Amino acid sequence: MIADVLNGILLMLWRVVSDQPAPLAALLPALPEALRPVVSAVLCVSPIIGVFATLFALTTLMERKGLGRIQNRLGPNRVGPFGILQPAADGLKMLTKEDIIPRSADKLVHFLAPVALAVPTLLAYAVLPYGRNLVPLDLDAGLLFFFAVGASTELAIFMAGWSSHNKYSLLGAMRAIAQMISYEIPLILSAVTVVMIAGSLSPAHIVARQDGFIWGWVPHWYVLTPWGFVGFLIFTTASLAESNRSPFDLPEAESELIAGHLTEYSGFKYALFFLAEYLGMFAISGLGVTLFLGGWQAPLPGLDWVPSYLWFFSKLILMVFIFIWIRGTVPRLRVDQLLNLAWKFLLPLALINLFTAAIWHFTAVWQFPGALLLRWLLSAVMIGGAYVVLGRALSPRKKVSLRTYRYAT
Amino acid sequence: MQLHHYLIFSALLFAVGLAGALTRRNGILVLVGIELMLNAANLNFIAFWRFSADPQAMQGILFVLFSIAIAAAEAAVGLALIISIYRHYKTTNLEEMNSLQG
Amino acid sequence: MQIPFAIIAALTIVAGIAAMSLRKLVHCALCLALVFAGLAAMYLQLGAQFVGFAQILVYIGAVAILVVFAILLTNSSSSLLPTVRSRSWVFGLVVAVLVFATLVKVILASSTVAGRSLPENPLPTVKDLGTQMMTYYILPLEVMGLLLTAATIGAVIIAMQEKKPVEPLKPGSAGAPPTHP
Repeated sequence: MIADVLNGILLMLWRVVSDQPAPLAALLPALPEALRPVVSAVLCVSPIIGVFATLFALTTLMERKGLGRIQNRLGPNRVGPFGILQPAADGLKMLTKEDIIPRSADKLVHFLAPVALAVPTLLAYAVLPYGRNLVPLDLDAGLLFFFAVGASTELAIFMAGWSSHNKYSLLGAMRAIAQMISYEIPLILSAVTVVMIAGSLSPAHIVARQDGFIWGWVPHWYVLTPWGFVGFLIFTTASLAESNRSPFDLPEAESELIAGHLTEYSGFKYALFFLAEYLGMFAISGLGVTLFLGGWQAPLPGLDWVPSYLWFFSKLILMVFIFIWIRGTVPRLRVDQLLNLAWKFLLPLALINLFTAAIWHFTAVWQFPGALLLRWLLSAVMIGGAYVVLGRALSPRKKVSLRTYRYAT
Repeated sequence: MQLHHYLIFSALLFAVGLAGALTRRNGILVLVGIELMLNAANLNFIAFWRFSADPQAMQGILFVLFSIAIAAAEAAVGLALIISIYRHYKTTNLEEMNSLQG
Repeated sequence: MQIPFAIIAALTIVAGIAAMSLRKLVHCALCLALVFAGLAAMYLQLGAQFVGFAQILVYIGAVAILVVFAILLTNSSSSLLPTVRSRSWVFGLVVAVLVFATLVKVILASSTVAGRSLPENPLPTVKDLGTQMMTYYILPLEVMGLLLTAATIGAVIIAMQEKKPVEPLKPGSAGAPPTHP
C-alpha cells in the first residue's frame, strides 16, 4: 500500500518533469477512493502557489536589481551574496511589522479587502496551460473565466480605498477602478481577436492551434501575424494598465496620492496587496504568452526535447522583464492622457485590428504566388493607416512653446 | 436536487428584492432591488433549461444572456438618471422628488 | 448536490436581505456583489458555465461598480437619515410576503414542476452556444448591440454635467489673465 503510493508519487513526479501525459493518473489509482478528489485538488493547487510565490520573490529581487542598473546604481547588495536573500529579508520585515487599522476605518471591510483581492487573483491561475499536459482546469470557457475573475478584483480595490476612510485612499481607488475598467475593453478586444481566429475560448486549445512551423522554422505563433503583432502590443499596453504598473501606476502616484488605496495598509495586509499585484501581473503575462506567444510551444523545430513548461516560464519571465524595463524607462502618464489613450486610441485600434484579423482569415484561401506578401501589405495598410490617422487626430493642436518665467530667469 | 428547490429559492430572492424596492427611500437601493428581482427571474430560466428534457435547445441560456445585457444597460441608464436628479434636487430620497404631485 | 446548494442558497439569501436592509449604502452594494456571486455559483452548479462567468463579468465587474460609483457621486454614503425606510414600508413588506406566498403556492401546486429531477442529457458546449447566437439568434444579437450603444450614449448624456455658458473675458477686465510680452 505505502510502497504503491510512494511508487505512484515518484512516477507522477517523473511524468511531470519529463513532460509526459496524465501525471495525476500515475498516483491516484494507488489511493483509496475517498481521498482521490482531495489529493488531486491539493496536487493541482499547491505547485501553483509554490512556484508563483517563488517567482514573486525572485521578481522583486530582479526588479530592484534591474531598476538599479537602469538608474545607474547597484540595487540591494547587503543581504546574502549579491543581495539574493533580499526577498527573504523583505518578507520577514513585512510579517513582523505592526498591523495598523485607522480608528475611523470600516474594520470589517478594511480586513476583507486584501483577501477579496488575493482570492480572485489566485483563481485566475486555474485556467492557464503551463505545459503540454499541465492545465489545472481545462474549462470550455476558460478565457471568459480569466476575465471574469480579473474583473472582480476591481471591487476589492474599491473596498480597500473606501474602508480606509482617507481621501488619498478613496481617490487612488477611484483612479484604479476607472483605469482598470477602461483598459479592460482593449484587453478583451485584443483577446477576442485570438478567440475568433482560434475558434475556441479554451486556453489549452488556443495553444494547441499555435502548433507547427511555417516554412519549417518560423513558429506558427499568433504574434507573428500582422493582427497578432498589433493585438499583442495592445494586449501588453492594456495589461500594464490592468496590473497598475508604470507608466500607468497613477493609482499609487507617490507624488500626489501617497500610495493610493494602499495608504492605510501595513504589515501583513500590505504584503498581501503587494503579492496580489505581482500575482496579477504574472497571470496576465501568462495569458499574453498563451494567446500570442504560443504558450508552451518551442520557438524552433528540434527543441521539443526541452520540457514544455520551461518554455512557458522563460516566455513569462521575458514578459515580466519587459515590464520592469518599461517601468525603468517610461515616465508616468497624466490621468486624462491615460483615459484618452484607452478610449480614443486603443479601443478604435483594437476594433480595426479585429476587422483586419477577419480579412487575414478569409484571404487565407489565396493561392497565387506572392499572396502572403499581399496579405501582409493589406493588413499593414489597414492597421498602419488607422494608427497614423488616430495618432494625428489625437496629438495636441497647441504648439509647445518655450516656458517663460515671471519671477525668475 | 429537484426543480422546485431552485424555483422556491428564486421566489424568495424575488420577494426580498421586491420588499427592498418597495420599502427603501433611496433611489439607488430601489434600483438594486429591481436588479435582484431580475436576477431571480434569470435563475428561473436557467433552472427550467437545465431540468428540461432537451438541454441542447439553448433558449434558456440565450434568454439569460440577453437579459444580462439588458440589465447592464438598464443599470447604466437608471443610475445616470439618479445622478442627474441628484444634481437637480440634491437628494436621492424618492419621497422628496414629488414636484409632479398634485 | 444538496449541501452545496443549501450553502449557496443560504449565503445568497442572507446577502440579499443584508443588501436590502443595511443602513450604509456602500455595505448594501458590497452585499449586492455577494448576491451576484452566489447566483453565478448557482448557474455554475446548474451546468451553465458561460452564463455563470458572464454573470460575474457583467454584474460584479460592471453593475456593482456602477452602483458604488453612483453612491459615491450622490454622496449618499455619508448622510445618515433618521430612518431608511419609506413611509409606506409596512405596505411594501406585506405586498412582498403576499407575492412570495402566491409564488410558492403556485410552484408547489404545479404538475409540470413537481418531482422533476435532473435529466442525464449532455450539456451544450460554448461552441454550440456561439453557433446558435451567430445563426438563429443573429437579429436579437444585433439589436442588443444597438441597445447597448444607445444606452451607453444615453447614460453619458444624462449624467453629463450641464455646462453653464461662460462669457469670454475681455482683455483688461478683472479676472482676465495678464498678458506678457
